[in-house]
Amino acid sequence: MSGLEQLYQQIIIDHSKHPHGVGLDAGEETSHQRNPVCGDEITLALRWDAEGAHIDSVAWEGAGCSISQASASLLATLAEESADEGTAWTPDELTALIDEFREALRSRGATPLDEERFGDAAALSGVSKYVARVKCAMLAWVAAEDLLQRRGGPAA
Amino acid sequence: MTGHDRACARLGGTARGGISAQRTSGRARCATRRSEYPGGVTSLAATPAASPPAGHAAATGSSAPFTSDELASIRSQFPILGREVNGHPLAYLDSAATAQKPLRVIEAESAFYRESNAAVHRGAHTLAGEATELYEDARRTVAAFLAVDENEVVFTSHATEALNLVAYALGTASIGRGAGASAAAAPYGLHAGDEIVVTELEHHANLIPWQELAARTGATLRYIPVHDDGTLDLDAAASIIGDRTRALALAHVSNVTGATLPLEVLVPLARAVGALVVLDACQAAPHLALHPRELDVDIAVFSGHKLYGPTGIGVLYGRAELLNALPPFLYGGSMITTVTMERAEYLPSPQRFEPGTPRIAQAIGLAEAVRFVSELGLDRIAASEHALTERMLAGLARIPKIRVLGQPSPAPRVGLASIVVDGVHAHDAGQVLDEVGIAARVGHHCAQPLHRRFGVTASLRLSLGVHSTADEVDRALAAVASIRPFFGLSEGATS
Repeated sequence: MSGLEQLYQQIIIDHSKHPHGVGLDAGEETSHQRNPVCGDEITLALRWDAEGAHIDSVAWEGAGCSISQASASLLATLAEESADEGTAWTPDELTALIDEFREALRSRGATPLDEERFGDAAALSGVSKYVARVKCAMLAWVAAEDLLQRRGGPAA
Repeated sequence: MTGHDRACARLGGTARGGISAQRTSGRARCATRRSEYPGGVTSLAATPAASPPAGHAAATGSSAPFTSDELASIRSQFPILGREVNGHPLAYLDSAATAQKPLRVIEAESAFYRESNAAVHRGAHTLAGEATELYEDARRTVAAFLAVDENEVVFTSHATEALNLVAYALGTASIGRGAGASAAAAPYGLHAGDEIVVTELEHHANLIPWQELAARTGATLRYIPVHDDGTLDLDAAASIIGDRTRALALAHVSNVTGATLPLEVLVPLARAVGALVVLDACQAAPHLALHPRELDVDIAVFSGHKLYGPTGIGVLYGRAELLNALPPFLYGGSMITTVTMERAEYLPSPQRFEPGTPRIAQAIGLAEAVRFVSELGLDRIAASEHALTERMLAGLARIPKIRVLGQPSPAPRVGLASIVVDGVHAHDAGQVLDEVGIAARVGHHCAQPLHRRFGVTASLRLSLGVHSTADEVDRALAAVASIRPFFGLSEGATS
């Protein structure tokens, strides 16, 4: 598989064409992130359970390259799968996941994303060899991080 | 330049005291100049066969393109062209972002550091004298290249700084500050009711400084809109540029469409109302002979790094009379005559605008780049690039689902084309080219308003340089043709 094929795995192309989790409600708290280099934009919301302790789902809207859009879609998919399995993320868990995601993407290919932890989103591992594209893949995850930090940071 | 033109030029330089009678008479006097272009303007732009006015468009036929031997010799002077990218020979099609450097430019900059490094315009030791000599020789070289006087050439860090310098100086003049005790700047001040005119296709560097100047002075910023095909709405220009217009700031060549702007129409409109004309010549300087006086502009700026020179160096041309009237932009050492604890008096141009230790090695490198370009001959560079541009545009037209931003005609324009691949974001499209060693620019190219006007957020830009070859163009065309298939898009479907 060429580098380009690793970057654009079928999962990524599919998610960019048919994204999951798209659609925001009026008035819900969102984080808007953009990549000024190419104009990629993501507006993202974390939807909490009744107690405000766990993340039920991730919703977003955006426009941009296939990597940025697929990454947001894959994050939403991963959140939904975790909630369906009864292991919806706590703020701490999502923070840890975002840190791990960032570390892998900045590793220049040295640290692939763990498929056990990231599911289909592990397909984004190929991005780490393309320094100029890491920011595209990070956009949705940075939006989620921004919302967590606004909430007062992860619980101690 | 006719005597009448010169009269209009002088008027543009002096009649800005706010005395309406003076301006009205100025417009009447220049009206005959305007009438020389009664709508013949658009047909000029639309008819490649018409001989373009001097300095306005790429040469088309008068000079021969480089022979293959000459091109091989040119290419051998660029060390970077010998490298591979992703297992393929580098095809550098991003000269509009920054040009690659011939060895002689790299050597000239390096030789200064190795042999003559010293601060300029201070100190009396031998090296200080040599360095000053080399630095001022660089200024002479650039002045000759532009066919202007040495004191009309100011070295800046980049073209962006040059444009900011002008906008900031006009802002300083607007609050009644001049150059020390001189009140010569006052007539250049802008105030509520005055208007600054730009175009919708400007690079952000020739837009935002004017937005800020307008905000600081109470003046209004207006813009000449572009048509769907990327050409300027010249009817709108004729109504927008009027008695209130104090400055017209515009690009010589669009960095997105590659089209040459119809300066022969727009400059006389500004002249007729006594407005300053500020020309962003960044995309013109590497491709066309740039003679600000022939173009009848007050200010022209370009960047060194797009002209095969080093980064960190830009050139500001300004009419001597204007530069010597304007207040400084940055204040400090090397730009003063007398300083007391209360106030300072400033040197004339260019020192007034070059405070601190200037970009000495960069200026010397730029002078070498100017010699490199001049020796090749801008007419032959234009002829070569024109032939390749025709090949590129014809090739792009044959690829399904490709939109070329602007007019896909070869003249009058320079060798660049920005494209949108249907159903594929520019960033993804560019990745496919990078994979096969082709360097092309993706993004909005610092022209968000123009991209918005075209209804897109980003595009993929292919831009040529003196070292570009037909083979590189063909490789790029093949790569562009492979983009949609790579993403699983058929020739018919959009997504």
